[in-house]
Parts: sequence; structure tokens; C-alpha cells
Amino acid sequence: MAAHAATADHGHDDHEHHHEQTFITKYIFSTDHKMISKQYLITGLVMGIIGIGMSLIFRLQLAWPDHQFTIYEVLLGDWGKDGVMDPNIYLALITIHGTIMVFFVLTAGLSGTFSNLLIPLQIGARDMASGFLNMVSYWLFFLSSVIMVLSLFVESGPAAAGWTIYPPLSALPNSIPASGMGMTLWLVAMAIFIASSLLGSLNYVVTVLNLRTKGMTMTRLPLTIWAFFVTAIIGVVSFPVLLSAALMLIMDRSFGTSFFLSDIYIGGEVLHNSGGSPVLFEHLFWFLGHPEVYIVLLPALGISSEIISTNARKPIFGYRAMIASILAIAFLSTIVWGHHMFISGMNPFLGSVFTFTTLLIAIPSAVKAFNYITTLWKGNLQFNPGMLFSVGLVSTFISGGLTGIILGDSTLDINVHDTYFVVAHFHLVMGISALYGLFAGVYHWFPKMFEGKMMNKNLGYVHFWITVIGAYGIFFPMHFIGMAGLPRRYYTNSAFPYFDDLVDVNKAISIFAFITAAAQLVFLYNFIHSMFYGKVGSKNPWKSNTLEWTTDHKHIHGNWAGAIPEVHRWPYDYSKLNKDESDYVIAGQDYVPQTVPLQDNEEEMHH
Amino acid sequence: MTGLLALIVVILFVVTLWQMSKIFKLSQFNKKTNSENAQVADDKDNRINGKLMLMFITFLYAITIYCFWNYSKFYLPEPSSEHGADYDTLLFISLALIMFVQVITQALLHYFAYKYSGKKGQKALFYADNDKLEFIWTIIPVIVLAGLIIYGLFTWSDIMNFEEDEDAIVVELYAKRFGWQARYAGEDNILGNANVRFIEGANTVGVDESDADAMDDKITTELHLPVGRQVIFKLRSQDVLHSAYMPHFRAQMNVVPGMITQFSFTPSKTTAEIRDTDYMKDKMATIKEIRKEKNKASIAAGDGPIDAYDEFNYYLLCNKICGASHYNMQMKIVVETQEEYDAWIATQKTFGSSIAAAQE
Repeated sequence: MAAHAATADHGHDDHEHHHEQTFITKYIFSTDHKMISKQYLITGLVMGIIGIGMSLIFRLQLAWPDHQFTIYEVLLGDWGKDGVMDPNIYLALITIHGTIMVFFVLTAGLSGTFSNLLIPLQIGARDMASGFLNMVSYWLFFLSSVIMVLSLFVESGPAAAGWTIYPPLSALPNSIPASGMGMTLWLVAMAIFIASSLLGSLNYVVTVLNLRTKGMTMTRLPLTIWAFFVTAIIGVVSFPVLLSAALMLIMDRSFGTSFFLSDIYIGGEVLHNSGGSPVLFEHLFWFLGHPEVYIVLLPALGISSEIISTNARKPIFGYRAMIASILAIAFLSTIVWGHHMFISGMNPFLGSVFTFTTLLIAIPSAVKAFNYITTLWKGNLQFNPGMLFSVGLVSTFISGGLTGIILGDSTLDINVHDTYFVVAHFHLVMGISALYGLFAGVYHWFPKMFEGKMMNKNLGYVHFWITVIGAYGIFFPMHFIGMAGLPRRYYTNSAFPYFDDLVDVNKAISIFAFITAAAQLVFLYNFIHSMFYGKVGSKNPWKSNTLEWTTDHKHIHGNWAGAIPEVHRWPYDYSKLNKDESDYVIAGQDYVPQTVPLQDNEEEMHH
Repeated sequence: MTGLLALIVVILFVVTLWQMSKIFKLSQFNKKTNSENAQVADDKDNRINGKLMLMFITFLYAITIYCFWNYSKFYLPEPSSEHGADYDTLLFISLALIMFVQVITQALLHYFAYKYSGKKGQKALFYADNDKLEFIWTIIPVIVLAGLIIYGLFTWSDIMNFEEDEDAIVVELYAKRFGWQARYAGEDNILGNANVRFIEGANTVGVDESDADAMDDKITTELHLPVGRQVIFKLRSQDVLHSAYMPHFRAQMNVVPGMITQFSFTPSKTTAEIRDTDYMKDKMATIKEIRKEKNKASIAAGDGPIDAYDEFNYYLLCNKICGASHYNMQMKIVVETQEEYDAWIATQKTFGSSIAAAQE
């Protein structure tokens, strides 16, 4: 590895003198990973505002289905005439909410931001392996975001077949108007998104493998990098499958093929299609769709591992077990997709196999949860906002993960499949957990993004405490209405009287949702305000061991003004004592940065 | 009214912003403003947030208890199918298990967060590995999950790989946007061939008119099932994906265009019996109370009275997004005694006779 690191050094040492950059090369078509990461973050946040805003609109509808709200007419135009929401636009809202949150916010906004920011900084590289591809990756993501947002303004409405876009509904424009232009734009946007994601992922993999600095062996990588690295690999393995599904769907829609269509009578006529199967689409979709959950979650887990260890002033417990868990989760995540399809009509024997593999995932997940808890034990916990969100993540990861044991069991899935129980489960375990990871990362690495400026901690506390209470307030009661047999994706639950007694729960959930969303405004305010007026902190404000904190506040192309630092130890030597246990390894300082060589008074450990 | 609400929201929003900027300014006046560590948690922050962690776990337990106390009545009534009892047992075992783990792990997580909140001079323990501990919490989930998997798979295989009873009745559930139909196999107990390509005129579900087996099939808009007799459902869709969800029978199966899916259960409780349970009486009383209010509001708004809802009926819901009226795609299910069923089925027209009638 040393050889690679040496080549990376090469030709970059003369980078101290900075070439002049124009506005365009610095802020727009930048090839600098730090700028690209900020571009990802801000695009992700804007998409997040749209996605969460949509959820508020349909929460309003779910809580007060009989009520007329002028706001519908203001925001949805003809789809909300006289304050009554059109059922078609309700389906469109949930579809685009899902798509935006899963792909645009939690895939690109989370993994895109922090992989870009941290991979070069934490492995000690001047930049990504290919800055140009990195730039292309961002701009494809941007283009795909623009197309997705544009699709909201199509006359026949944006895609409305659910974020899983199962055919035939999504394939036949005469099934719902939204399956016309709206669906086409959805598919185009996603195809571009996949291209962006692939370019990004390949770059991450190559960078981690080849550009580590001298001494940075794989077992000295921070867990963030392990998580990003493995996430990128899963992305490369599974995203192309979604692309093929999307291409086949496009062909079914436009060129009369029958990959997913057979024996359909719609709009007063029999379609010629024969021999295809929607179940095939479900297989292809979930072959990405399930790994996607981990593409969203693993970076968040990596971020929280790093932040918890730093703020607990303790090494992460079971470093190797954590890596093994990441690898095990990644591997298993590609062979469990069928648990979304237990009752899809596929062979029940396959259901058994997928139950088996699915429940296996609980094992590495449990190991991770216990390791987090043990890391807190006997720590000296510094409750910075990033730390709070990381602890919150562990909490929702456990709560949401546990209900997965019910859904992953093919038998139990029969009666809770596609009910609010599922909605509660995946929002807690991947939605909220990953969002907490995103917030934790933003609070923690904000100084690295904005030249040393720090976010206001008090506003961070307000943001955190309202959000954690609100998030449980939204999703905990949701399990119960799911167990009552309430199907998801229903425009109103009052069309027939049987669910009338659940209305109050839905109101409570919606009120929690509005409060929680309001708390996000505190975050936005804090984020924007601190970007301009934030206090500049010290170079290493959280007293962290990792390499990114050895760089200067000022961003320069190439990250380090001088030579790239050399690494001598793993990143988790927090509160390590010297040989005679009289003081820390470095007297009076409870952390030993990775750049510090092994001291005389220190025992060498193999983690 | 909505205008007022909107105004209140705007005012509250402005107040929030104003308060936020005040908080922000206050924090700037802090003595340590000039210190570069102003935005790093100090002992006071750690103490307060540690205590809040403790309060939060209290909140989490409170909301858990509240939900179980008030909302567990929403759980479906005792199953009305024979396999449903196994389903519920497995569900309750799994629920008890995950609640046990939830209570313990959340307590540890938040208690440690409180107990070890940072203080100046406090030394964290350098504790990086313990193979024994890690082995223990790998092997315990392995054993527990192995138990759950095996138990689950046996139940699954019993439900899905059902054996056909001799007197089983075969019913086709036919889904189209946005309604359901049932096709009974008739006296020969064989469903006639069907395909959407046969749809024409009165033959709305596409039964093959040249198939002799089809002539005695009976197509209905209600699903009637005799209690205690196995039903084998063959599910067929006319247009897009649907899902036949019968929560009271712990039954669900997708309906897929281009293929015939199947599911089977044996109803164990008649409609009359379930109406007579305490559960259903309570539930109906609550719903009637709610609907009384709704009715008043509806009449006051000039929309006239709402539909009465006097007695409970089993239902089948569509549970796969299928279009604008997906939320209202359902069918009434009646479980009755064999005699009642025989009497009802006798009143239904056969496919052959309705086609003949249409051709006249």
C-alpha cells in the first residue's frame, strides 16, 4: 500500500501555490471533493424540504380527510380545488415523497455528501481518484433532481404508482393519468440518478483502495470509511439491476414489449401483451430496493460510530466486529430482497429461504447495537449535537430494527404486509435513523465544510430534543394502527366506517409530524446562519484522532499544505493510558491522533 | 376558519423565528463568546443533556405504555380462520420477545448516556475489545432467531402448502379497478377456463363460453363462505396488481395479471358469531358514537345524513396501490352455516344462464 500512497503524493507537493480559480471552476464545475460534497449536501437539503413538505400535506389529508384546506388549492392548484385533495395527487405525493427521501435525500444527500467530504480527508488523499468523474457524478445527480422536480409540474401529474412503481399500473398510461408523462420523467430522472450513483460509487471504491496515505492500512481506516466503501460496493452491485428494470419498463411502455405485462384488459380493450410478469419486475426492483435500505443506513451507521467514539472519549467497542458486521450486513442485504414479496404470488418455498436469510441480518445488527451501547459504558460523554443525534440513531435503529423481526417472518408478514406497521418500521429503521446520521454528520463536520465555522450548539439541542420526541410520537403509534389492519397508501381511511375509531390516532400522528417538521426549521436557520456568521472554532474542535482535523481551516485544493500526513495507528486511541497507567499516552491529552507515532511509554495493541 | 388558522400558523412561525434569533443572540453574549470552544459542549451541556436522556427514556416508556394501554384494543379480534390462531400465537411470542429486548436495550443506552455524561477530569475507560462478550451477544441472537425462524417456517409451510380437503370449495376472486367479484365453481366444483381475452358484452370476467365446466360457475359480488369448510381461493386480475387482504382471517395474497395466485383458509367463525363477541360489540359501540357526531356535523353542513353502520361485516380490502379509488375497493364477506350458504348459493345465477339471458 505504501507504494500507492507514494504515487498519490507525487506531483501534488507543489500544490501549495494555488492556481487562481474563477467563480465557475470554484463553485459550479468544481472538481474539488470538498466543494462537491457541499453541492451534494445543499441539493440534498433542498430535495429534503420538498420531500418532507409533501409528507406534511398528506398527513393533513390523513388526519382530517373530511375537512377542506385552502392550502391544498394554494400548493396543488387544480388538484386541490376548493380545498379538497384529489385522490390522484395523494398517490402522487406519497410516490414522490418516497422517491425523493430514499434516493435524493438519503442516498445522494447523505452518502454523496459525506463520502465526498470524508473519504479523501480521512484516508489522507489529495482528492478523489478522479475529480472529473466526481464532478460529472454530482451534475448528473443535479440534472436528475431537476427532472424529478419538473415532473411535479406536468399537467397529468407526477408519477403516482408508489415509489416501487410496480407495473402494470406504472406501465399503462390509461390506468392512471400519472403513468403518462409523469412516469416517463420519473424513469428518466432515475436512470440519470443511477448513472450518477455508479460514477460516484466507483470513484469511492477506487479512492479507498488506492489513495490511502502511508501507514493507513485497511484496519486503520475509520469506520466511516469502511461504511462508505462497502456502501459503494453494494451500490455498484445493485443499482445496475434497477437500471435494467427501468429500461425494460420503458420498453414495455413505449415499444410494445411484454417483459412485465400479460393478459390485461383495460380501458375497454384487451392489450396484446402476453407472457410477461409483474413479479419479475418486483424481483428486479427489490434486488436494488433492499440493498438500497443499507445504502441509506450504512453510511449513517459509519458516521455515528465515528462520532460516538470521539464524543465518548473511548475507542469504538469491537472495531473488527463492527467491520465484520458491516460486511455481513452488506452481503446479506443482497440476498434478502424476496422478503418484500412473500405474498406476491412467488413460490412459498422461496418465501422460506428469504425468511431465513432475512432474520440472519438481525445478528450483525444486534452486534452493532450492543457494541454501540458498550462504547457508551464508562465513557466521558461529550453531548455535542452530533453525539446526541448519534445516540438517537442507535435508539431508532433498535426500535425500528426489532419490528423487522416480525416483517421478515413470512408468516407474520401475511397480515401486516402493506399496512401502517410497515410504514412505521421502515421510517424508524431507515428513514429516521439515516436522517439522524445525516444531522449528526452535518453538526460534526460542519467546521470541515465551512472553513472552521461551527453550528450553534444550543439551537442544535433544541433541534435534537424536539425531533426525537416528535419522531417517536409519529411512528410509535403507527405500529398499532398497522396491527389493526389499516392498509397504507389509502387516500382516506373513512371511506368505510370500520376504521373510524383510528381517526384520533391519525390526528395525533399528524400533529407530531407538524411539530417535528417545525423543529427542522431551527436546523435550517442554524445551518444557514452558521454558514455565514458561525463562530470559528479550533482546528480540531471535537479533539478527534482522524486525519481531516489535521488540515487547515482554509480550504485548499489538495487538502494539506505540506506533505500528506503519515499514519501510525488506528483512529480510536481515545483515553488510552501509558504503560504504568499513570496518565494518558500523551500527558494531559485524552486522545492520540493517527499521525502520532507509537510512544515509548505505550503498549502496542492490535485492533 | 382556514384563513384564521393560516394566519395563526404564520404568526407562530414569525414568533418562532424571533425567539430563535433571541436564543441565538443570548448565546452570543455568553462569557465564552470569544473562546473558540464556545460551540463545543461543556460540563453544563453534558449534565443537562444527560438528564434529558433520562427524561427521554421515561418518555419512551410512557408512550409505549400509553400505546399498549389505549391502542392494543385496535388489534384485530380473535382470528376467524383456523390457521389464524397459529398466526396470533407466533405474533404474540415475537412481540413479547422484541418488547423485552426493546425495553432492556433502550434502558441501557439511555441510562449509560445519563450515567457517563462528561465531566471535566472524568477518565473514560479504554476498552476496545472483549471477545467473550462479543461472542455472547452474537450467539444469543443466533439461538433466539433460530428458534423463531424454525417456528415461523413450520407455520408458513402449514399455511401455504395446504392440503386440499375433499369437500373444499374453490372460489375465484376476480379483481378489477375498483371492485371484486367472486366466481364459485358450481356443482362440478371445477372452475371453467377464463382469460381477459374472453371479455365481451355480458361476459365481464372473461370466462370461456365454450368450456362446459364454466356453465355452472356462479359469479357474485359478495363472498359467502360456509363455516368450517376449507376454501381455496384462485386469484385473478383483470388489469393491474391488486392484493386481496382479509385481515380478520389473517389472509392476504396479491392478485397478479398474467398469473393465477392462490391462498387457502378455513373460516372458523360465522358473521353472526363475531358480531356477538364482546370485542365487536365494544368496537361497534365506539364507532357508532363517532358516527353520531359525524352525522350531526354532516347534517349541519347541509350534506345530509351519512350512511348508517349498524352491524359489522367481514370485508376484503385491496392492499396494492391500483389507482385513484384504491382506498375504496372492497368486498363484503359473509361467513355462515352450511345451510345458509346452500340457500344463498341456490339463489345465484349460473354463468350459463346469465349468458343465455343476455343473448336473448
